[in-house]
Amino acid sequence: MSAITHLQFLESEAIYILRETAAQFQKPALLFSGGKDSIVMAWLARKAFYPSKLPFPLLHVDTGHNFPEAMEYRDWFVQEIGATLTVGLVQKSIDEGRVQEEKGHTASRNKLQTVTLLDTIEEHQFDACLGGGRRDEEKARAKERFFSHRDEFGQWDPKNQRPELWNIFNGRKHFGEHFRVFPLSNWTEMDIWQYIRQENIPLPSLYFSHQRKIIERHGQLLDASTGIIPLLDEEKPRVKEMTIRFRTVGDATCTGAVESTASTIDEIVAEVAAARQTERGTRADDKRSETAMEDRKKEGYF
Amino acid sequence: MDVLVNPTESSLLRFTTAGSVDDGKSTLIGRLLYDSKSIFEDQLLAVEESSKRRGDAHVNLALLTDGLRAEREQGITIDVAYRYFATPKRKFIIADTPGHIQYTRNMVTGASTADLAIILIDARLGVIEQTMRHTYLASLLRIGHIVLAVNKMDLVNFDQAVYDKIVADYMAFAKGLENLPHVTPIPMSALNGDNVVDKSENTPWYTGPSLLQHLETAQVHTETAVDEARFPVQWVIRPISDREDAKLGNLHDYRGFAGRVASGTFKVGDDVLVYPSEMKTKITGIHTFEGPQPEAIPQLSYSITVADEIDTSRGGMIVKAGEPAQTAQEFDAMICWFADKKTLKPRSRFHLRHTTNDVRAVVTDVLYKVNISTLEKSAASKEFSLNDIGCIRLRCASPIFFDAYAKNRTTGSFVLVDEQTNNTVAAGMILKPLVDAGDEDAEVAI
Ligand SMILES: Nc1nc2c(ncn2[C@@H]2O[C@H](COP(=O)(O)OP(=O)(O)OP(=O)(O)O)[C@@H](O)[C@H]2O)c(=O)[nH]1
Ligand SMILES: [Mg+2]
Repeated sequence: MSAITHLQFLESEAIYILRETAAQFQKPALLFSGGKDSIVMAWLARKAFYPSKLPFPLLHVDTGHNFPEAMEYRDWFVQEIGATLTVGLVQKSIDEGRVQEEKGHTASRNKLQTVTLLDTIEEHQFDACLGGGRRDEEKARAKERFFSHRDEFGQWDPKNQRPELWNIFNGRKHFGEHFRVFPLSNWTEMDIWQYIRQENIPLPSLYFSHQRKIIERHGQLLDASTGIIPLLDEEKPRVKEMTIRFRTVGDATCTGAVESTASTIDEIVAEVAAARQTERGTRADDKRSETAMEDRKKEGYF
Repeated sequence: MDVLVNPTESSLLRFTTAGSVDDGKSTLIGRLLYDSKSIFEDQLLAVEESSKRRGDAHVNLALLTDGLRAEREQGITIDVAYRYFATPKRKFIIADTPGHIQYTRNMVTGASTADLAIILIDARLGVIEQTMRHTYLASLLRIGHIVLAVNKMDLVNFDQAVYDKIVADYMAFAKGLENLPHVTPIPMSALNGDNVVDKSENTPWYTGPSLLQHLETAQVHTETAVDEARFPVQWVIRPISDREDAKLGNLHDYRGFAGRVASGTFKVGDDVLVYPSEMKTKITGIHTFEGPQPEAIPQLSYSITVADEIDTSRGGMIVKAGEPAQTAQEFDAMICWFADKKTLKPRSRFHLRHTTNDVRAVVTDVLYKVNISTLEKSAASKEFSLNDIGCIRLRCASPIFFDAYAKNRTTGSFVLVDEQTNNTVAAGMILKPLVDAGDEDAEVAI
C-alpha cells in the first residue's frame, strides 16, 4: 500500500501532466476562466515549474459577459502567480462577422466561445491548450483522455481516441492539429474543494454566500443584478433579493446560482458533501439536449 | 453527492471492469454508484428519462457510464468511462471498459492503470473467449487482483451449481497463466443489486463479502518505498534568473531535474547514477514548491538537484548508485497490437515511447503469438493484426534504460507510435534485454 493520500496522488498526477505538456509541445497555453478548476490548475502549474516561472501563458476566452468580481480576481491572480495573460475576445469574433450572436432573452455566448478559442489558438499558434475539465463533470467528459487529440478543424473524435496507457502520453501530431490536455481529469468537485481548503487558495467572492438580485428562469437562479442577462417585462416583478452562491463561475448568462449560506471553505465542503444535484445541474448550456456536451466538444469546445 | 472522506487518511483504489459484450459491466458500475448513493438527482432523472425514451423495461443504469451518442444508440460501451466515488473507507477511481473485441485497445487503456480488475461472466454463458482474453490481458498487465463477478444470477435462479461450475472452469483456465492473480469469485445480479453493495438473501449458500465490502478492504500492491529507486526526468528547471528565492536563495545556478518518483525512495546525500551517461553523483537537494524535502517517495513529483554538472535532460533517469537499471539497444517484449488497418511484422518501424524517452525502433523479429483460448505460443505467423498479443524483438536507435515489466510497471512499459498517423498502435511490456551472443559475462551480469 502506498502511504500517500488521494489528494497527494491527484496533485502529483496533475503536476506530471503539466510538465509533460510543457515538454512535449512547442507552444502550450493554459485556459483560464477565473473558475475554481482553472484556478487550481494554474496553482498547480506554479508548483510544477517552481522556482521557474510558468513556461506558458494563461489564455482567457472572454465572452464579455463577465461578473466584475471574476475579472478583478483574474487580474489579481495573474499578478500573484507571476504569469502572463493572453485574452481572446468573443466580441471581436462577433464584430468581424465570424459568429452570429444568439437572439432572444436566453441568448448565450457560451457556444460562440468555441470559434473565438479556435481563432485564438490559430492566431497564436498554440499547439496544446490545458483545460480544467474534470471527468466527473459530465458523461462525455468521463470518456476523454488526458491528452485529447484535435484535428486541424479543432474537432474531437470520441469514437476514435488514441489509447492512453500507463503514464505514457502521446502528443505527436501533424502540422495544424493540436491537443487539449486535462491535468485535473481524475479530480472530483469534492477533491477540488478539499484541495482549495488544504492549500488556502483565495477564490473570487462569487463562490461564497452573498446577497444578490436573482431571477428564477426554467428552474435556474440567474443573476439579475449586473444587467448582463436581459429580462423580459413579465420577469421584472419576479426579481428577488436572495442569499446565494455560485458553484461554478463562467459566462454569466448560463451560470446558475444555488441558495446557500456557506460563507467559508469549510461550510462549502460540507454543502458539497450533502448536495443532491451535480454542479453542472445549474448550467443551462448542458440542458439543451441529452448529448449537448458531446456535440459541443466535437466542434472544439473546451 | 460525494462522501466526505478524511483527506489526510483516505487511500485510493483504482479498478477496472472487463468481460464480454453485454455481460453487464456498465450496469454493475451504475448499480454500484446507485446503491452507494453516489448518483446525483439530476443524473438519475436524466437516466430515467433516457430509459423511458428508449422504451427500456427498467431504469437502464448502464446509461450512467455509456455517455456517448454512439454508445447510447447501440447499447454498447465503445470507450472507457472513468467514474469516481467514495465511501468513508476509501476513494475509488473506476474505469468502465468495453467488452467488444474491436475496442480491446480501450479495455487495455482502462486496465493499464488499475490495481484490481472485475471480470464479469454472464452466468448463462459461462467462461467464453472474451473472458479468457481479458483475464490474460489482466495478468499480462500484472493486475494482481481479480474479482470474478458471475453476473445475471437472477437468470439462472441463483443456482449454486451453475456458479460453482463457472468458478471451477475459470480457475482451470487461470492456472495456466504465468502470473496468476489473486481471484475472488462473487455471485451477482448487477441488474437487481444482489451482492453488489449488500449481501443478497437470494444466495444463502454464498458466504464471502459483497463486491463493495471486498473493494473497501482489498490490499493491493502499488509501487512501494522499498523497490529500487527510479526517477525518470521529465523536464529541466532552469530559472535563468538572478532572483532571490525565499526558500532556495539566489537562482542563478539552479538546475533541477523535474519528475515523478516511479519507485523506491531517494534521500538528500544519496549516491546516484544518472542516465544516459551513467555518471555517478550525489543528490544535493529535493525540492517542491513547499520547500526543501528530506526525501522523495513513490508517485510524488519533485525537482532534484545533484552535486556535479551532469549532462541529462528529458528522457534521462536518476537511480540509486547500487541499483542500476538495465541498458540495452535491443530487447524482447510482449505487445498487444491495436491498429485495425495496419499490421506489425519484422522490419516495421515506429517511434517508441518509454517513460519520458522517445526513440526510433525497428522490429527485428516476431518470436511468437499467443492463442488466447489455449495460451499456446505459436511462431507460425510473423504478422500481428488487430488485437493480437505476442512477443517481439525490438532494436532502438539508441540504448534505453529500463527494468523488466514484471519488476516495474513504469520503467518496464512502452508504447509504439505509428510514424505516419502518429497513432498509438501497441502497448509493450519489456521482458529482457537481448544479450550479445559472444559475450557470456554480460549474461551473468544481467
Ligand atoms: N437479468 C439481468 N440482466 C442484466 C444483468 N446485468 C446486466 N443486465 C442486462 O444486460 C444488458 C447489457 O448490460 P451492459 O451493462 O450494457 O453490458 P456491458 O457489459 O457493459 O456491455 P459492453 O460495455 O458493451 O461490453 C442490459 O440489457 C442489462 O440490463 C443482471 O444481473 N441480470
Ligand atoms: Mg458497458
